[in-house]
Amino acid sequence: MRKDLGFRLGTGVFGLFLILIVAAIGFELTRQSMLSIQKFGLAFWTNATWDPVAGEFGALPFIWGTLYSSVLALLIATPIAIGIAVFITELCPQVLRQPLVFLTELLAAIPSIVYGLWGIFVLVPIVRALQVALPDALRGLPLFSGPPLGVGMLSATLILAVMVVPFTSSVAREVLKSVPVAQREAAYALGATRFEAISAALFYARTGIVGAVMLGFGRALGETMAVTMVIGNNPQVSASLFAPQYTMAAVLANEFTEAADELYLHALIEIGLVLFIITLIVNSLSRVLIWSMSRSAKAVPSTAVQPVAAEA
Amino acid sequence: MLTNFEKGVHPMNRSMFRAIAGAAVVASAALATACGGGQPAGEQKAAAPVAGAPVQINGAGATFPYPLYSKWFDEYHKKNAQVQINYQSIGSGGGIRQITNETVFFGATDGPMTEEQLKAAPGAILHLPTVLGADVPVYNLPGINAELKFTGPLLADIFLGKIKKWNDPAIAKVNAGATLPATDITVVHRSDGSGTTYIWADFLSKVSPEWKDKVGVNTSLNWPAGVGGKGNEGVAGLVSQTPGSIGYVELIYALQNKIAFGAVQNANGEFVKASTESVTAAAAAAAANMPADFRVSITNAAGPGAYPISSFTWLLLYEDAKDKAQSKAMVDFVKWALTDGQAFAAQLGYAPLPADVVKQEMAALERVKTQ
Amino acid sequence: MLRRKLVSSLFVGFCGAAVILALIPLAMILFFVVSQGIRALNVDFFTHMPTPVGEPGGGMANSIVGTLILTALGSLMAIPIGVLSGVYMSEYAGTRFASAIRFAADTLNGVPSIVIGVFTYGIAVLPFKQFSALAGGIALGIMMIPIIARTTEELLLLVPGTMREGALALGATRARAVFTVVLPAAAPGIVTGIVLALARIAGETAPLLFTSFNNRFFSTNVTQPISSLTVQVFTYAISPYEDWHRQAWAGALVLVGIVFVCSLLARFATRKMSGFTRS
Repeated sequence: MRKDLGFRLGTGVFGLFLILIVAAIGFELTRQSMLSIQKFGLAFWTNATWDPVAGEFGALPFIWGTLYSSVLALLIATPIAIGIAVFITELCPQVLRQPLVFLTELLAAIPSIVYGLWGIFVLVPIVRALQVALPDALRGLPLFSGPPLGVGMLSATLILAVMVVPFTSSVAREVLKSVPVAQREAAYALGATRFEAISAALFYARTGIVGAVMLGFGRALGETMAVTMVIGNNPQVSASLFAPQYTMAAVLANEFTEAADELYLHALIEIGLVLFIITLIVNSLSRVLIWSMSRSAKAVPSTAVQPVAAEA
Repeated sequence: MLTNFEKGVHPMNRSMFRAIAGAAVVASAALATACGGGQPAGEQKAAAPVAGAPVQINGAGATFPYPLYSKWFDEYHKKNAQVQINYQSIGSGGGIRQITNETVFFGATDGPMTEEQLKAAPGAILHLPTVLGADVPVYNLPGINAELKFTGPLLADIFLGKIKKWNDPAIAKVNAGATLPATDITVVHRSDGSGTTYIWADFLSKVSPEWKDKVGVNTSLNWPAGVGGKGNEGVAGLVSQTPGSIGYVELIYALQNKIAFGAVQNANGEFVKASTESVTAAAAAAAANMPADFRVSITNAAGPGAYPISSFTWLLLYEDAKDKAQSKAMVDFVKWALTDGQAFAAQLGYAPLPADVVKQEMAALERVKTQ
Repeated sequence: MLRRKLVSSLFVGFCGAAVILALIPLAMILFFVVSQGIRALNVDFFTHMPTPVGEPGGGMANSIVGTLILTALGSLMAIPIGVLSGVYMSEYAGTRFASAIRFAADTLNGVPSIVIGVFTYGIAVLPFKQFSALAGGIALGIMMIPIIARTTEELLLLVPGTMREGALALGATRARAVFTVVLPAAAPGIVTGIVLALARIAGETAPLLFTSFNNRFFSTNVTQPISSLTVQVFTYAISPYEDWHRQAWAGALVLVGIVFVCSLLARFATRKMSGFTRS
């Protein structure tokens, strides 16, 4: 209808604005990193040298630090998050359910800077004591090498794990809820134990669970302040849990206002661009997985009060 | 707290809206009061009665002189309530970059701008030395009370990662009598672009060919070893929290935080501890042949009692800035800082400028257009 | 059977342990923030400016006001864009353009906050040659938009179709139906979504580092740099001064307090909500 056109355009413009913001982020980041893109090309991704004096910039240490810390954090956070989700949806008494949901999600509400503060003054000394107490036999391993600093990969990983748990567990919870009740009842009817019934449900929900884990991954990749404060900020590719390393987000926080020459600045912005692209891919993938899960499972209480036909 | 769409679910029912309404109204009311009621006008009113239009000036840069600058800007604001100078210590690299971008009115740095950097700036930039300071090697060795001594090459080797243990013979040689532990050395350096780093690397380059060759001199470096802390504050924080560590900070940060720091061998072969006197001694020679643009390095200075890791620190000002009111205010401030302001320097562990340098600067300030 | 039972109990035990494992850091953080923060939390903290470096005393009055101004600016920008794009997504839910907006919103929600900071520096700081509260507000606004847009969309979709159809049947235009019937019905819920978005951005640091910068002085001028609680806590946390550390904890306590209150409000809403959906 003609008279609705104004309304449609009027609200659509704001939606368009939203799309434009995303496009502008991609465009600006690309435009402002052209110098670095042209100069280093693909070598930017594989070069491990970050040398502002000589004007040689490679992003490998940051990409490594970001992926390593995020993957390690997921290894810790995923079993815990799924455990929490199972406990809340399947095992715990009804009265505990809401308080537990609230408490675990409170972890997601605590600002990053507060995690960092806690990391510097509480977690880092604990990690340092842990490393000092480590038997000499273990200290020789590449995984545990390095002097006892406290700041480093392990501290960052632990903080990230804590920060990711609420995201993964709450999505996993929703996904588990979407598994048809009949599926579980059938398992119990066949004499399955709790573990067997729940693992069948987890298996049924696997797509969604993977989506939940990826959503957590996306969060971990982009986390800035807490990581910057405890990771040690040293661009090196090391397998050691105790080595100070660096992440893409942290190098931006530390060096962005200070890069004195153009190439340096462009190299930093290219790191921002890489981070943008990686998180975009990870997040899109996780949404697709979660959506396909909740769409296939019809037990989800449908929100499907479909609006009136859109062909106005 | 997670929103629903982040969980991939959209559950809601109309009848609950009423329930939410209470919460939402309370929340928005709280927010409204918070925003409306949260603007105490005390500061503004204090500024009002003084003559002259209020000027707010933003500056950023070096952390090396930050303790002194923040004292200066605070004192100056007390004397001239209409002038607010907001200084953020984001590092010397940041000071150079932000003044080049004109996002701040003035910059501050401990490593003078290079020719290329000066050329990249949209206008002529004046370097104004404000005070002198020193980098000191700080360390955290629990149980060691003796004060350690370092030679230049020794510091270079430690920061190159070649000397890894505190009981290394090279350290023991210059520290006869000290019982050094067999613990690992943790090198702590700056993670941000920094003039403190520039001065440190400038000194190491003069005493170690290998340093000059492998690492070089800049406000940011490709560090061969160690952990990075942000700002002088960050490095001091890391060193004081990490047993077995060594780092470098501006003298005041070591003094204020009571972190142990060592004596360093100068070009005459003397081991000198950083102090107002030893830094002044290093400046004395430089003052005589100060270049017209004030960009001079005084590390590894010869002369008896000269502390070898000393430096001027500079304010960066455009000679012909767009906002002349701000230029005027800055020139007045610098004049104050070079005269009355110098009295605060010694209290905070900085060496006051030699009188000759002050005279040259007063002349140079004429170049700043104030109308 | 015994083995199967054992495995099952072990599993149940693990799930219970997982909950406890997650609650330990929460308890630790809250304990430290409260116990350390309370020591420095006094009247001065709310009414005084920061002192020069290394001098004890002072407070964060300018930062607290700065955070309020920044979140207000963010809301001012995000609420119209967020709500109206939410309206579009729900009204024209089936269209390709609505899907595009939805995708953009979800993408934007996942963009790391530091990247938003870099972007905003490029569009709102560099061209005007000025760090400003306004730039900080834009960065925070960009982060709020997707949360508000998607919440609005969800809530509008829940308003029964009959209400809208009724309005349309009475001859109302779609605009009139939406603005006088559908939006008012969903309004309280939308406000809740906004409160949630506020709680999220009030605790953000990374996007402010290069936009609103920081300010030693008390400033309410949106074209000047402004202090914020989060950036101030960051500066103080990495400093070597005992007194600043105490103030950092106090700042953290205030931040957590703000977030906690908002979360409680939202929780209250969500609990009601789950009563209807878990059947």
